[in-house]
Amino acid sequence: MDKSKSKYEPEREGSESRRDFLKKSSILTAIAVAPVAVAKAAEHNLGEKISAAFETTPVNVTVNGVKKQLNVEPRSTLLDTLREQLDLTGTKKGCDYGQCGACTVHVNGQRVLSCLSLAVMHEGQEVTTIEGLAKGEELHPMQQAFIKHDGFQCGYCTPGQIMSAVACINEGHASNEADIREFMSGNICRCGAYPNIVKAIQEVKNGGQKS
Amino acid sequence: MNEAFFDKKDYKPLDRVDGRLKVTGAAKYSAEYALPNMAYAVLIGSRIAKGTIKSIDSKAAERAPDVLAVISYVNAIKVPGYQPKGKHPSEPSTQGQPLRVFFDNKIVSNDQPIVAVVATSFEKARHAATLVKIQYNKEQHMTDLEANAAKAVLPASGKKNPKSPTADYDRGEKNAFESAPVKFEAEYVLPTEVHNPMELQSITAHWEADDKLTVYDKVQGTKMTQKNFAKEWNLPEENVKCIATFVGGAFGNGLHNWPHETAAIIAAKQVKRPVKLVLTREQMFTMVGYRPRTWQKIQVGATKDGKLVAINHHSVGQTSSYEEFTESTLQQTRMMYASPNVSTRYRILPLNLATPIWMRGPGEATGAFALESAMDEVAHEIGMDPIDFRLANYTESDPDKNMPWSTKYMRECYEEGKKRIGWENRKLKPGSLRDGEWLVGYGMGTGTFGANRNAATVHAELDSDGNLVMHCAITDIGPGTGTAMVQIASNTTGLPTEKITFHLGNSTFPNAGLQGGSSTVNSVGPAVLAACNALKEQLITMAAGKGNAAFTSAKPDDLMFDKTEIQLGGKSAKLTLGDLLKQNNIDKIETTNESKPDENRNKYSMNAFSMHFAMVHVHPFTGQVRVKKIVCCADAGTIVSPKTAASQMIGGATGGIGMALTEDAMMDHRFGRYITKDLADYHVPVHADVPEIDVYFVNKPDLLADPVGSKGLGEIAIIGVAPAIANAVFNATGKRIRELPITPDKLI
Repeated sequence: MDKSKSKYEPEREGSESRRDFLKKSSILTAIAVAPVAVAKAAEHNLGEKISAAFETTPVNVTVNGVKKQLNVEPRSTLLDTLREQLDLTGTKKGCDYGQCGACTVHVNGQRVLSCLSLAVMHEGQEVTTIEGLAKGEELHPMQQAFIKHDGFQCGYCTPGQIMSAVACINEGHASNEADIREFMSGNICRCGAYPNIVKAIQEVKNGGQKS
Repeated sequence: MNEAFFDKKDYKPLDRVDGRLKVTGAAKYSAEYALPNMAYAVLIGSRIAKGTIKSIDSKAAERAPDVLAVISYVNAIKVPGYQPKGKHPSEPSTQGQPLRVFFDNKIVSNDQPIVAVVATSFEKARHAATLVKIQYNKEQHMTDLEANAAKAVLPASGKKNPKSPTADYDRGEKNAFESAPVKFEAEYVLPTEVHNPMELQSITAHWEADDKLTVYDKVQGTKMTQKNFAKEWNLPEENVKCIATFVGGAFGNGLHNWPHETAAIIAAKQVKRPVKLVLTREQMFTMVGYRPRTWQKIQVGATKDGKLVAINHHSVGQTSSYEEFTESTLQQTRMMYASPNVSTRYRILPLNLATPIWMRGPGEATGAFALESAMDEVAHEIGMDPIDFRLANYTESDPDKNMPWSTKYMRECYEEGKKRIGWENRKLKPGSLRDGEWLVGYGMGTGTFGANRNAATVHAELDSDGNLVMHCAITDIGPGTGTAMVQIASNTTGLPTEKITFHLGNSTFPNAGLQGGSSTVNSVGPAVLAACNALKEQLITMAAGKGNAAFTSAKPDDLMFDKTEIQLGGKSAKLTLGDLLKQNNIDKIETTNESKPDENRNKYSMNAFSMHFAMVHVHPFTGQVRVKKIVCCADAGTIVSPKTAASQMIGGATGGIGMALTEDAMMDHRFGRYITKDLADYHVPVHADVPEIDVYFVNKPDLLADPVGSKGLGEIAIIGVAPAIANAVFNATGKRIRELPITPDKLI
């Protein structure tokens, strides 16, 4: 409601936006690696803390069509990098062991479990997340089909299901129901929307998916 | 309620109102709020199941890069709400949080959270956690239910209140079973099952000021969480805010506040930064509840022509050593069938495990596995069709409460379900139907759950463009609460659904109870109805006051919108909303309305009912079971939102497949530790396990239960599914499996 403010405020994310915060933290990082700061830290036996600043590795990745120059720890998974560094929280953490599929993204068009993949492994590659699937306001046909067939309830596995579903058709693994069920079995839905997801995939397959 | 609501069956089922946010990844769950200066906490769990912590060496962890704190009982700040002495487990030492995390050196269960490592990034916290060295004084633990069943006790609730569902219950003659012409007796075991929602339990705790706490938390009750943490931190309730706009599934594990939540709040206070804490999948097995392993013995006495004489049902479930957990395992046995003699005994056994929590269809689903399997077994013994056997013992009123049903439409479910599953193909003699090399079997099971209703309040405002915005603190863990409420408001007002918004999942919004016990539509729906009617009354008063004679005697039901046009009694009088508000010099109207259960609850027994049918294939050589088809029939009152309601039934049936065939949290009693503790070892159904699921709703309102006529369906969606599958497996093979899950090894 535009004209009159509701007495209930929508939830805010604190006073600073994530973007500002990220900007500031990279400035802080720059300060941390400056020689003066290093010397000062050394006096306080903070050697390990300083070494942390050197432990990041630059990596160039295209995420949802946008080129990103990232500094990531070699041990950071692609999943945590997307969620915590890029604030692309559409990609979900459901198990962190490659057992549930909630973190499925596309890397160079192939479906990949981002929790089993380190960010540094993706130099020069193209990553597409659920946030990059729609063309502006226009949803991808798979997203539309998931809404139409109610292919979700809580919505948490949904981004992974959709990314997997798009890839499933592109791989040629969606020619019949049994194939769809088999090749989607890496994406768990605890709410149990499976039959509806299968219907959504069949509809997109039959309608000719535009990838 | 406007009768048109029920007649209007031709309305287009509404797509989920939050669908777009969910398919684009824009929906934000509790670990997805980016707060400035965020720190990350990782929990370390104990490696023993009982004893004390001898020492914690945290030096290396504290020296690790960017570690902000290593918190344990040694250095944790004092939580004001912690009572220094633990009371009896039935009176938790602090509300909602009986396990006082970081309070002392006592270990009461394996993987109990004992240390939090807080750092500036998740990776740093996780690494530092590996550097903490903990030594223990180990004591003998007890985790084995069956081995210790004799030590089980009557819970305090049953001791105090003889009418409690946990109390000892005897109807008719106690010894009637002994003299019954047909006597059947068997034991059933349901293993520990774990909710395992896809979203890991997460909390982001933020002290906005020394005395002002905001939590973004994965819970099923924002008000519950607000109250519990206000009490725990000795704060006025208005200083605690809980936000749970999106909850990535819960199935009951968000009905309780857990130690990890307090751990994150302590950490945030201690490091003076917002702290995000996400449990690992293993910790989902040990820190946020589970469906307790339950042993049951059932005796059924009947006449040779299929009349029940007696049912005796005894159940022993697990609880923790510090909290009494109970559930209504034996309720269905007391009221589902017309047996003149029924005795139930409910016991719990405190073990060195964390506290269980209600998991979808709590208790009832466990009890129904024994009862509905036993009904099938007795029908087989006397050579009767299991549906005929049930119909021969159909209850026309509640034999437990001695009250009439508010509504009960089970016969429709039997008839429709039989037709849809193809029951006529079922053979009475097990093992006599084949499809190629596969054995084929049909089975069914019934379920029931109370049509629960709580008080709920909704605030609604309507502007001159016909935008209706509502607020309520209720959460939506997946069933589509917002969608159902928008549908109710649209049906009540005539406003198009796209002009209606329902905001939920925030403790600053008007009061609502928990999203649990299938109570949401029954509770919040009537409040939406009340708010919409109150808005209409305001408009009628305003219109009458401005000299619109037709409105002077109008009732809310007479008024409906056609976009922004207000129409009375089918266009006999009309007004434009904008004009009316303008004449009154206001740009919107608003109202806050509460709706709560009425005295009908003392006169009628109110229950939702379900009936599940399964057709299975069993491979005679490998023992593999494939569920080929499931039909779910539900008498759940008014179906407000057909699309999301059907999805809920499908989801419940899917959970039932897991319960019947795959789910088993196996314990290694030598260590008191689960050995199936991730999704590779604890098997929940995947795409390939789930066939076509056909859903039928009776869709007849129960207006005695609540003004929407809804009876709830989240629980009945799963209650009765596991026995339907187990009965189908018996029908296919002649093998009766009384300990779930039915894995191939049990069939070959």
